[in-house]
Amino acid sequence: MSRVRVLVGTRKGAFVLNADGKRDRWDVSGPFFAGWEIYHVKGSTADPDRLFASQTSGWFGQVIQRSDDGGATWEPVGNKFDYATEPGTHQWYDGTPHPWEFARVWHLEPAPGDPDTVYAGVEDAGLFKSTDGGQSWAELPGLRTHKSGPDWAPGAGGMCLHTIILDPAHPDRIFTAISAAGAFRSDDAGQTWQPVNRGLHSEGIPDEDAEVGHCVHRLAMHPARPEVLYMQKHWDVMRSDNAGDSWHEVSGNLPTDFGFPIDVHAHEPDTIYVVPITSDSHHFPPEGKLRVYRSRTGGDDWEPLTRGLPQEHCYVNVLRDAMTVDSLDECGVYFGTTGGQVYASADAGDTWAPIVRDLPAVLSVEVQTLS
Amino acid sequence: MIRVVLPAHLRTLAHVDGEVKLQVDAPVTQRSVLDALEARYPMLCGCIRDHHSGRRRAFIRFFACELDLSHEQPDAPLPEAVVTGAEPYLVVGAMAGG
Repeated sequence: MSRVRVLVGTRKGAFVLNADGKRDRWDVSGPFFAGWEIYHVKGSTADPDRLFASQTSGWFGQVIQRSDDGGATWEPVGNKFDYATEPGTHQWYDGTPHPWEFARVWHLEPAPGDPDTVYAGVEDAGLFKSTDGGQSWAELPGLRTHKSGPDWAPGAGGMCLHTIILDPAHPDRIFTAISAAGAFRSDDAGQTWQPVNRGLHSEGIPDEDAEVGHCVHRLAMHPARPEVLYMQKHWDVMRSDNAGDSWHEVSGNLPTDFGFPIDVHAHEPDTIYVVPITSDSHHFPPEGKLRVYRSRTGGDDWEPLTRGLPQEHCYVNVLRDAMTVDSLDECGVYFGTTGGQVYASADAGDTWAPIVRDLPAVLSVEVQTLS
Repeated sequence: MIRVVLPAHLRTLAHVDGEVKLQVDAPVTQRSVLDALEARYPMLCGCIRDHHSGRRRAFIRFFACELDLSHEQPDAPLPEAVVTGAEPYLVVGAMAGG
């Protein structure tokens, strides 16, 4: 029988949540790396027992952990993230040039087909790659050294490369997103990059439809239809039907189009999920009601999903890497909150139940569908 | 033998209990002690000193013999009591919080 393994990164450690295909009874293990911030944990599709975790601390810096037994045991691997060329400068909050400085790994993206290859998106924004299971890391400097790089500026959370999408249909195509620079695409395996932000419109930047400078919070793609991308921008939910060449807004009837995560149903490329958040100064759901919104039409037409979610006095946030879907026949959807709850739906979002309620603030949620 | 006391999080990371004892050739300095520590426990590389600059991470302090050595030159000799093993060399995670 199929089963699922949910990988949760929190402010104070990692947790692994296991269940069979019914997804109604859960075995919870952790905390792993207790006391450290775990920005992201993700498994390889080539070897599901191989997991990578980004473990970070303001005191002790960056550690990358690897498990080869599905999270039962871990070992630290390489943590040296050297920019490949003279780092140069980007814009600081006050508009002055600021040297590029490595701070932490936000996102780890194992490559399909090779358990030893994994990409890392880091702050200050850069893309790194390991081909030896995380023991060593080499930057793909073409992104950081893009001509627009000196104009990039950090978002409130830092200038992080938080999204990496590897196009399954075009092995040399990679999408990334950086706060607050925008979305970028490479068609040559990361050697060169182009901004793909046409159609984005952001109040709060000097040129509202600039080529770069947009605070993209998350990108999502369905692997069966890789030319279609969805985006949760700071404000606005966006869609591209041409691999990012142009975007149009699909916020439709959402109560607010601010938010962080966005994800796509495993079997229905037009079914997408977001979690509307009141605003950038109110990082909690509207009216104290935690609602996932689902569109079955690829955007514009949205329905609230509330059954099993708190509908009063709820003032948590859901961060950009804290939503995911499994690939069981009845698609499961998962998300974690800054209040420490991890919610699961085994019926594509129709009903929800908490797996755990009292973890530290959740930074990331991933799921593996295992046979 | 040089005795080194690590903060709890780094003991966990290095899989050590209690003090670490290191053989360090003279002259015994903060740099030579930390080099020996990282050679034995490579997973600590980057967690005490920055990978790139080699400098002490901002929220790490170095104490010994009731002295704060954090701002001493890395190649300055350590106190004799540390060299003889009478006193430990302390790697400390700075206190933070309210």
